[in-house]
Amino acid sequence: MEEIYAKFVSQKISKTRWRPVPSGSLQTAETFATGSWDNEENCVSLWSIGDFGNLDSDGGFEGDHQLLCDIRHHGDVMDLQFFDQERIVAASSTGGVTVFLHHPNNQTLSVNQQWPAAHHHTGPSSPSYSSAPCTGIVCDNPEIVSVGEDGRINLFRVDHKEAVRTIDNADSSTLHAVTFLRTPEIVTVNSIGQLKIWDFRQQGSEPCQILSLTGDRVPLHCVDRHPNQQHVVATGGQDGMLSIWDVRQGTMPVSLLKAHEAEMWEVHFHPSNPDHLFTCSEDGSLWHWDASTNGSEKSSLFHQGGRSSTFLSHSISNQATVHQSLISSWLSTDPAKDRIEITSLLPSRTLSVNSLDVLGPCLVCGTDAEAIYVTRQLFS
Amino acid sequence: MAPSCPFIYIVRKDADVYSQILRKLFNESHGIFVGLQRIEEELTGKSRKAQLVRVSKNYRSVIRACMEEMHQVAVAAKDTASGRQFSSQVSILSAMELIWNLCEILFIEVAPAGPLLLHLLDWVRLHVCEVDSLSADVLGSENPSKHDGFWNLVTVLVLQGRLDEARQMLSKEADANPPSAGMCRILGDLMRTMPILSPGNTQTLTELELKWQHWREECERHLQDSTFAASPRLESLCKIMMGDEATLLEHKELLSNWYHFLVTRLLYSNPTVKPIDLHFYAQSSLNMFLGGESSPEPLDNILMAAFEFDIHQVIKECSIALSNWWFVAHLTDLLDHCRLLQSHNLYFGSNMREFLLLEYASGLFAHHSLWQLGVDYFDYCPELGRVSLELHIERIPLNTEQKALKVLRICEQRQMTEQVRSICKILAMKAVRNNRLGSALSWSIRAKDAAFATLVSDRFLRDYCERGCFSDLDLIDNLGPAMMLSDRLTFLGKYREFHRLYGEKRFGDAASLLLSLMTSQIAPRSFWMTLLTDALPLLEQKQVIFSAEQTYELMRCLEDLASGRPGCGEPDAQRLQDDDIETTKVEMLRLALARNLAQAIIREGSLEGS
Repeated sequence: MEEIYAKFVSQKISKTRWRPVPSGSLQTAETFATGSWDNEENCVSLWSIGDFGNLDSDGGFEGDHQLLCDIRHHGDVMDLQFFDQERIVAASSTGGVTVFLHHPNNQTLSVNQQWPAAHHHTGPSSPSYSSAPCTGIVCDNPEIVSVGEDGRINLFRVDHKEAVRTIDNADSSTLHAVTFLRTPEIVTVNSIGQLKIWDFRQQGSEPCQILSLTGDRVPLHCVDRHPNQQHVVATGGQDGMLSIWDVRQGTMPVSLLKAHEAEMWEVHFHPSNPDHLFTCSEDGSLWHWDASTNGSEKSSLFHQGGRSSTFLSHSISNQATVHQSLISSWLSTDPAKDRIEITSLLPSRTLSVNSLDVLGPCLVCGTDAEAIYVTRQLFS
Repeated sequence: MAPSCPFIYIVRKDADVYSQILRKLFNESHGIFVGLQRIEEELTGKSRKAQLVRVSKNYRSVIRACMEEMHQVAVAAKDTASGRQFSSQVSILSAMELIWNLCEILFIEVAPAGPLLLHLLDWVRLHVCEVDSLSADVLGSENPSKHDGFWNLVTVLVLQGRLDEARQMLSKEADANPPSAGMCRILGDLMRTMPILSPGNTQTLTELELKWQHWREECERHLQDSTFAASPRLESLCKIMMGDEATLLEHKELLSNWYHFLVTRLLYSNPTVKPIDLHFYAQSSLNMFLGGESSPEPLDNILMAAFEFDIHQVIKECSIALSNWWFVAHLTDLLDHCRLLQSHNLYFGSNMREFLLLEYASGLFAHHSLWQLGVDYFDYCPELGRVSLELHIERIPLNTEQKALKVLRICEQRQMTEQVRSICKILAMKAVRNNRLGSALSWSIRAKDAAFATLVSDRFLRDYCERGCFSDLDLIDNLGPAMMLSDRLTFLGKYREFHRLYGEKRFGDAASLLLSLMTSQIAPRSFWMTLLTDALPLLEQKQVIFSAEQTYELMRCLEDLASGRPGCGEPDAQRLQDDDIETTKVEMLRLALARNLAQAIIREGSLEGS
């Protein structure tokens, strides 16, 4: 039975991330990190989901997640990612990027490295220094890429004091999120609705490709790449629309799916089951999109607390010049093949769900109602 | 000259709001509150009461969870000062739960005579919890009946009406102390046979009353026969079971408060008490218990008001006694859903529920983080909620775009267009100041603010004039339908298109576009010179690009511009120099236009192919 556990934690959660399990190990996710925002003192915390032998009376595990340790963080935590097993990188609203190190023996966190002025509107050397929030980071050991409201892209390498590469004024608007495409290439999304692909091997400060949707320039807030097919990218927009793009073909999204009623804050492909996609939004819901083609058996599985919504359809068109904005299932070309089943995972409407992360059968999300939800049985 | 005060006062409202543990209370209760408002339409008929009771229990469980957590923190506190603070916070929460529980029984559950007493018994048992630890102590010891606290435990069990457990204790005493076995057995039988209304029992009240009288007479008989004379303790227990007030008062310490005394008294002297008679007993219990030694505390007054079914008094006293509006706001809202509050018009026209919710929500808005909860509370205040929200939401400090987006979403969902516009304007100004013209433009598009879009476009154009090239091409090239927002923006887009066409060597199209820009009046006058100057290379091309008609148009524009320039006699060296440059430009243009005109006329006048 699918169970989702909620815990109120006295801080608005802006980001939640599972600690990666060592590759090849059979462990499931045990630890996750969270970042808070809008507090006078924000912090980055590590939590454990109780595999410490907390057995309840009939031998099952206690569902509650426990705080392991936390550390103060200057400014709101705008983005968070695990660099490796012990290190966590956090992006701050003060414009800094910080690497925290976890010491498992005494369960503490400490600051390992910091780039405090990574993002700014006017430089630290000028008298009217004004910082800009760093809005997104992505890590790929040993590199960290950060983007911010100043439209700047920074490439850091751990243990290098200065940025290895900086692209100033990469964008005239705010960059909201970044992710790796192939290792020297990144894709960013901005607040005028454009996807830009950058190649660090090239000098100069122009993107090698720009993709966007013509029509209303709806800001894009999040981006994620398909784990296996590196040319497939999903983005979420301010109007709650989910777009799937093929970066090899053309400049327009391959499909558009009307999803949430408000900003979509995060989109994630499931790392090991990429037919499953998860999105969370300002409207207080978290959706599980299941595009695997097992048909009707699945309808009975995701019922706890969820409302199964009607099927939406999508079509992957091979001619990239034509895009179809699909809102009703009437337009599906092949109903049997192209169905996506959507389930809402949270039991009741809440304030904005700011962040989610999935690893194996476990999902964690954090909300503005100061609650963290964890489930360990996503695919039961 | 007025004397000035040398101090700066730091004023902080609602210190409770900043407590870590209480935050959970606020958040969880917010969820319950919103849930209650949403199901209001569905609450009908018989299930309505049950659902409202469930909501009330939810609220109470949240308070209890908070209390437990705070208790753990108090115990674990390292220094005594903070430990004391937490403990006092625990007792406040405990008092709140006590009051809420009583209100639930009397106002929401509206228990009739019979079940009323059972609920009150549960209420007391829940709140006087030393019994459990004492019981654990005594039972855990080797020889329970010889334990110091044994008789206290038995007494307390009887006081709380837990007669089965008391009987078990007595049987241990009987085992350990054979001479008293007989008496214990008799008393145990009395305990076993006491008639009590159990839930689901189908007896009527009259039947119960009869049986109970009967049983009472039996107890009386035993007392008169001095059955328990050999053991004063057992006799005292019997007297308690008769409801003898003097005996009850002897055990003041075990009762610990007057409402326990009240409930025990009712249990053993009037178990079928009717709700409306409660307050007589309550008043007399309070007086007897305090005995003139101390005066009632605020909590006592609140409980008394509840027993008198004076809801308004309860709320008023709670508002005064508690430092935070949380309790009264939520309780009043729940009671309002039970349709128990008449509209009590305060002078500014809203009712009490709304007043309390407004106060509570305003307090939330003073908090750096909990303002998001406050929004929902304002939503459910029909008279002044919207106005209050409009005023509060504009004043939230916005330090990141993400926070601004959340605030904007709140405003847009409620059609607060003024606030949207003003917030977007602030953000756009900040962006312009930081030279983020793309962001500025996207904010003005969101607010549909044509004036600001014009301002941003002017900035772009000025930058172009200064630097000779466009910054932020990625934005201007991809304006899309947003271009229609303001004339200046349209001009900017089209002007960039002109440059692009020129770059692609599509001179004919470029030329027509340029001309249309000038003739359609969307080009700002200050820019005409630049446009004309841009026309120069087109005029100088080998092939004739502008037709004669077009050339006439251009000439007209030039003359318009030249004659329109005011001859301000500013003897400024720079200005003279500028004038010089201007004059040269105009000269060059005139020459180029004339030449073009000549060639155009010739070309148009010639026959094809010649």
